[in-house]
Amino acid sequence: MSELVPEPRQKPAVPMKPMGINANLLGYIGIDTIIEQMRKKTMKTGFDFNIMVVGQSGLGKSTLVNTLFKSQVSRKSSGWNREEKIPKTVEIKAIGHVIEEGGVKMKLTVIDTPGFGDQINNENCWEPIEKYINEQYEKFLKEEVNIARKKRIPDTRVHCCLYFISPTGHSLRPLDLEFMKHLSKVVNIIPVIAKADTMTLEEKTEFKQRVRKELEVNGIEFYPQKEFDEDLEDKTENDKIRESMPFAVVGSDKEYQVNGKRVLGRKTPWGIIEVENLTHCEFALLRDFVIRTHLQDLKEVTHNIHYETYRAKRLNDNGGLPPMTVETEENHESNL
Amino acid sequence: LRGLWISSFVRNLEGFGGRQQNDGCRSLSLSGHVGVDSLPDQLVNKSIKQGFCFNILCIGETGIGKSTLIDSLFNTSFDDPVSTHFQPNVRLRAQTYELQESNVRLKLTIVSTVGFGDQIKKEESYQPIVDYIDAQFEAYLQEELKIKRSLHSYHDTRIHVCLYFISPTGHSLKSLDLLTMKSLDSKVNIIPIIGKADSVSKTELQKFKVKLMSELVSNGVQIYQFPTDDETVSEINAIMNGHLPFAVVGSTEEVKVENKMVKARQYPWGIVQVEDENHCDFVKLREMLICTNMEDLREQTHARHYELYRRCRLEEMGFRDTGPENKPVSLQEAYEAKRHEFYIEMQRKEEEMRQVFVQRVKEKEAILKEAEQEIQAKFEHLKRLHQEERLKLEKNRRVLEDEMAMFIKKKAAAELLQTQALVSTPVNFKKDKDRKK
Repeated sequence: MSELVPEPRQKPAVPMKPMGINANLLGYIGIDTIIEQMRKKTMKTGFDFNIMVVGQSGLGKSTLVNTLFKSQVSRKSSGWNREEKIPKTVEIKAIGHVIEEGGVKMKLTVIDTPGFGDQINNENCWEPIEKYINEQYEKFLKEEVNIARKKRIPDTRVHCCLYFISPTGHSLRPLDLEFMKHLSKVVNIIPVIAKADTMTLEEKTEFKQRVRKELEVNGIEFYPQKEFDEDLEDKTENDKIRESMPFAVVGSDKEYQVNGKRVLGRKTPWGIIEVENLTHCEFALLRDFVIRTHLQDLKEVTHNIHYETYRAKRLNDNGGLPPMTVETEENHESNL
Repeated sequence: LRGLWISSFVRNLEGFGGRQQNDGCRSLSLSGHVGVDSLPDQLVNKSIKQGFCFNILCIGETGIGKSTLIDSLFNTSFDDPVSTHFQPNVRLRAQTYELQESNVRLKLTIVSTVGFGDQIKKEESYQPIVDYIDAQFEAYLQEELKIKRSLHSYHDTRIHVCLYFISPTGHSLKSLDLLTMKSLDSKVNIIPIIGKADSVSKTELQKFKVKLMSELVSNGVQIYQFPTDDETVSEINAIMNGHLPFAVVGSTEEVKVENKMVKARQYPWGIVQVEDENHCDFVKLREMLICTNMEDLREQTHARHYELYRRCRLEEMGFRDTGPENKPVSLQEAYEAKRHEFYIEMQRKEEEMRQVFVQRVKEKEAILKEAEQEIQAKFEHLKRLHQEERLKLEKNRRVLEDEMAMFIKKKAAAELLQTQALVSTPVNFKKDKDRKK
């Protein structure tokens, strides 16, 4: 390796002095066209979204994901056998799809975790999941580190993790708490109450309250995390959402005729449960939340916070020397 | 463990996965409205909240109309002080402004050269400019390389576009122009413009433009080409590419023309209207710079110029992607070696400082000791004087006492004599006494 000679760069004659003068505009210039420019560009490049679903088998994960994206996205529909044996350890299976709607292209990756919580001994069954998430961060990091790096670094990091809670009506299971405790620090977790058609309205509200309390007591921050609210507007909006989480959802990919309309639902002897009807379940809230309002924010929190935390830890851990950040070294350089 | 020298992309817009291969991805057909089409809006809203940054560098001789053009472009007066022709060397002056239009907030930074082209010897003229641009890249790179970084809220000072003002001589480029543009074309997007173009007639202008462009091409200067890959703007961009360099006239004064107040310059022979496309290319420049390609300029700066700078710099610092046997080299080792170096250097400097400190303490002690001795000597001296005085006084006192003793003796002797005299004449004395009775 060549000799490392850190040669200090000459400072320019006139350093930057930002003076914030609010210059009054006397006419239209066209600065706001940048929005259109940006929009056009994003339509061209498209979006990536990686969503992970975690929960015991039989909770309706695949069905829910199919309902969310209104198509057969789940692993089960991609040629897997429903009668397949439950795996002996937690497996991670990622499947990619391309969705196009209204000229907008999205590359959606659904990451399924069969085998989670299904064994007799479920100790540390979150570890393969944590490992997978960190592996994606590592992959991204490595690409970023390269000297000659790609124009668009492929983003396989998990942006959102839907955690399915069993609708027992009592409280969270120890496994649920353990999982969320470990993973809420590395990924955005959105807890959902699965198969919510087994609870009445009162049971639902009580259960949700209990779950929220338990999460708070255990110090588990689910998405949208309170600490990342940027301003008052965000806070009020997110407070409302946090109050109604976890969403109690019902999924279905079958359509029925109700009041002359075709709706997605589940047919039971006592009636048809309409998935997108807010009085029946909160699926529509979940869908709007994840896709229509907060998708970009999910990605940003993953990139700006979770990824940065991972990166900083990785850099710090890798020094065999006394822990010094690059910043202190630079400060020392300038002081001495 | 692989090496970790981190850099990143901060833009919301980037990193949207490889478009090139849909490895194993199926195209889905949606059976209902999902809401994916709201994504661009979500992104745009986030960007609006954050605000935008745009940095323009104006290079040109003193008096060629840089400040006036910027004022005209942004419809405001940025209040730049006029500079003299007697600057000893080229400097750069940067000022940042916050503009707002509807709900878009723009942090605009204008950097202008001061004293460009005024010196007698101009070989060093372009160097301060190159250094400035590099310094902005460097600052960004340093932020990227930090362990705890905040790229999300970093105020991007990298130059997005360079407006190079060509003198309206009507002939050709000056050698300083060529030299400067050549040294900058791989670092920044250059848009050449002809300043004070109202001094060139229309026919001359056409020939001038052709000459300029051919000179740029033959000298291999890479100027910014308006992008033609997006169908919506490719046509207009292609047309505009053909109008380069833009011949501009700037003015902040308004003149009444046909019942309207327009930005113009009034001459005895007529009025040159800034926003009239027959008079100059100002509108074209504004259109291209702001309304159509601002985003592309920012992206080119980040994805092309900055990446090139970063690559060169990292290689300069000794980092490689692959080692001698083409195996991926651990950047971590290089990084650690550097840290180790810094650490040793720091130790050494600490030791040095400690030595200096000890030395100073010793010196101070010596001085203090000297002073103490001096004071001691003085004290002794004073004491001696005091002793002497005392002795003197003692002596005087004794002398005085002796005198007193003598006087008393004398007095006693005198009294004795007196009483003896009285005893020898007692009768007379008695008779006198009786007589008195």
